[in-house]
Amino acid sequence: MIDPIRLVWVYPDLLSTYGDRGNVLILERRARLRGLPVELIEVNSDQPVPRDGSIYLMGGGEDLPQTLAARRLLADGGLHDAAARGAVVFAVCAGYQLLGTEFGGVDDSPVQGLGLLDMRSGRGEQRAVGEIVADVDPALNVGRLTGFENHQGVTRLGPNARPLARTSLGTGNGDGTEGAYSGRVLGTYLHGPALVRNPGLADLLLYWASGPLPQLPPQAEELANQMRAERLAAVSAG
Amino acid sequence: MDDNTHHRSRLPMRARVATTVGGAAATVSRIAGKGDGSVIGGIIGLRLAPDLLSLLATGREIVLVTGTNGKTTTTKLITAALAPLGGEIASNIYGANMEAGLTSALSRAPGARVAVLETDEKYIPSMVKATRPRVVTLLNLSRDQMDRAAEIWLLARRWRDALAAAPDCRVVANADDPLVAWAASSARQVTWVAAGQRWREDSWCCPHCGAHLLRDGDDWSCRECGHRRPPVSWILQGDDVIDPAGRATRLDLALPGRANRSNAVIALAVAEAFGVHLTQALAELRGVTSVAGRYTQVNRRGCDIRLLLAKNPAGWLEALDVMAPPPVPILLSVNAQGPDGRDTSWLWDVDFRRLRGRHVLVGGERRLDLAVRLEADAVPFRLISNIDEAVDVALTVAPKLEVLANYTAFQQYRVALGRVQ
Repeated sequence: MIDPIRLVWVYPDLLSTYGDRGNVLILERRARLRGLPVELIEVNSDQPVPRDGSIYLMGGGEDLPQTLAARRLLADGGLHDAAARGAVVFAVCAGYQLLGTEFGGVDDSPVQGLGLLDMRSGRGEQRAVGEIVADVDPALNVGRLTGFENHQGVTRLGPNARPLARTSLGTGNGDGTEGAYSGRVLGTYLHGPALVRNPGLADLLLYWASGPLPQLPPQAEELANQMRAERLAAVSAG
Repeated sequence: MDDNTHHRSRLPMRARVATTVGGAAATVSRIAGKGDGSVIGGIIGLRLAPDLLSLLATGREIVLVTGTNGKTTTTKLITAALAPLGGEIASNIYGANMEAGLTSALSRAPGARVAVLETDEKYIPSMVKATRPRVVTLLNLSRDQMDRAAEIWLLARRWRDALAAAPDCRVVANADDPLVAWAASSARQVTWVAAGQRWREDSWCCPHCGAHLLRDGDDWSCRECGHRRPPVSWILQGDDVIDPAGRATRLDLALPGRANRSNAVIALAVAEAFGVHLTQALAELRGVTSVAGRYTQVNRRGCDIRLLLAKNPAGWLEALDVMAPPPVPILLSVNAQGPDGRDTSWLWDVDFRRLRGRHVLVGGERRLDLAVRLEADAVPFRLISNIDEAVDVALTVAPKLEVLANYTAFQQYRVALGRVQ
C-alpha cells in the first residue's frame, strides 16, 4: 500500500481570500487521477501544524491576518520542522511574502517573516492588479505561468533564493522577476487558484513530494489546457 | 403649491441650478438610450455644486443601506415597508449607489421627506458625513470582486470609524456577521438583528484581535479579547420573524430564499425605527415580487425561465440554496468584465458538489473557467453558447430553467430575453 500524499492547508481561517481552495482541489485531483492516494488536512490558526505533511499550502490574506499568521507559525515551529525535513511548501500572495525574512504589515511596518526563503518584501507605490504571464526558470521544466495578481508588494531576493520566473506581462516581484524558490519551498504572486491555470506547476509539487509521476489520460487535461490556452491568447491579443 | 416646490425653494440658488441642469442631462441621457441617466445627471449636478448632496439631504430623513450582498433588494424592501408613512420616498432603485447616484435620487424627488438609499460599501464614510442619515443599515460583509473592491477588514474598520463619528445615527445591523457587528459596535444606537450568516469563510477570526472565533450555531465569541455577538432584538427563525416583544410572525414573502427573509427582517427593524408597525410593514413586503429584474420569471417557447443574479461566493451560495429541485436544469453563467471583477478566482470559493446528479449547463464569456471548476468538483455539465441552446435542453427534461449568472452575464440574458428596452 502506498503512503498517501498528505496535503496540509495552513491556516485557511487567516490565509484564504481568493479561491485558495483551488490549489488544494487541483493537487488532489491530479494525484488521484494517477492513482495516488491523498489525505487532506486543514489546520486552523488555533491548531498545531502537523510535522509529517508532504505538501504545505498557504494562501492570500489581508495585512492583519498575514501578521498574525507569521507570529503563530514562528511560535508553532511545525512548518519549519517540516521544511527542514524536505517537505514541499507552496505559497501564494500574502503567504508567499510570509516565507521571506521580512514583509510589510499593517501600515507597512516591517514584520518578521518565517525565513524559509532568502527574500524580503515591502510595499510598492502602486497596486499591481491584473493578468500576469511569466516564463519559468528552465531548470524547473514547467510551462509559462498564467495567472492573476492583486497585491502591492515588492519583493527582493537574496543570494540563496532563485526567481521562479521572468515576467513578460504584469508586475510579480517588481524587478522583472516573479516568485521565488529554494529547494522544495516555492512561492508566487499569482494569487488564489494559481495551480488551476498552471497544471505543470501542480505536477512539479507532486513530483517533489512523491517522485516520478505516471502520465495523465489526455481527456482528463483537455478542459484545463483549453482554459489555459484561452487565457494566454486573451492577454497576448489585448 | 405642492411639497415639491416647497423643498426646492429652500435650496440655495446654485443647488437649484445644479439640480435643474443635472436633471436635464439625465433626461437627455435617457432619451439617448444610455441607461436611466441617474449617474450622468448626478455627476453634472455635483460639478456645479460639490456640496449638492449635503444640501439635498438637509431636512430629510435618510436611510443608507449597505453590505456586500442584498443592497438593492433590501433598499426596495425598506422603501416598501415605509410606504405606510404616506408621501413620496426617494430611492436609487437601479443600483446607482455612489455619490452621483445618491445625489440624482434626491434631486429627482425634491418633495420626498424620506429617502432610502443603497450605498456602495466603500462610500459609507463619505455618505454618512454628507447625508447625516437617520438610519444606517449594515447587512453583511464578505469577499467580493477583489480586483477593485477594498479588502473587507479594512472596509469594516472604515465603517467603524465613520459610525463612531455619527452619534445621532441609528444603526440597524446583522449581529450574526462578526465583521458587521464589530463595525456597528462603535455606534451609539444600534438595533441588533439576528439575520443569519450562511457564508462564514470571511469570519473565522475575531475582527478585533484576530484570534480564532468560537462558534456555536449563530452564536460567536472571542475567547482572547471577549468580543462577542451582541444581544439581539429582532430574529429571523426559519420562516418566521421574532419581533422585540418575542412574538413570532410568518413572513410569507413572494421573494425566494433565506437571504431575502434575512433582508426582510432587517427592513422590518428599520420600519419600526420610523414607527411603522410590523403588520403594516410586512403586508407591503409581501407585495414585492421582483427587484430590478431579479427573480423575474420569463417564458420562452413554452419554457419558464427564472433569472437569479449573484456576484460573489456568498451570493452564489445563497442562490444555489433556492434552486428548484431536479429535474429542472440549471444554467450557470459567468463573465469577467469590469463590473463583474476581472478575476474569476472566486469560483473556487463556491462549493458546487451539491449539483452532482443534476442537469447543469454552463455559459458566459468565462465558461471554461467555470467548466474547470465543476470538473474539479466532479459535477457533469454541458457547455452552451446562448440562452436558446439552454432552452432547447431544458425543454427535453422539464419546461423550466433556472438561470444563475453574475452581473454582466445576467444583463446579457435579460437583453436576449427581451426584458430590457
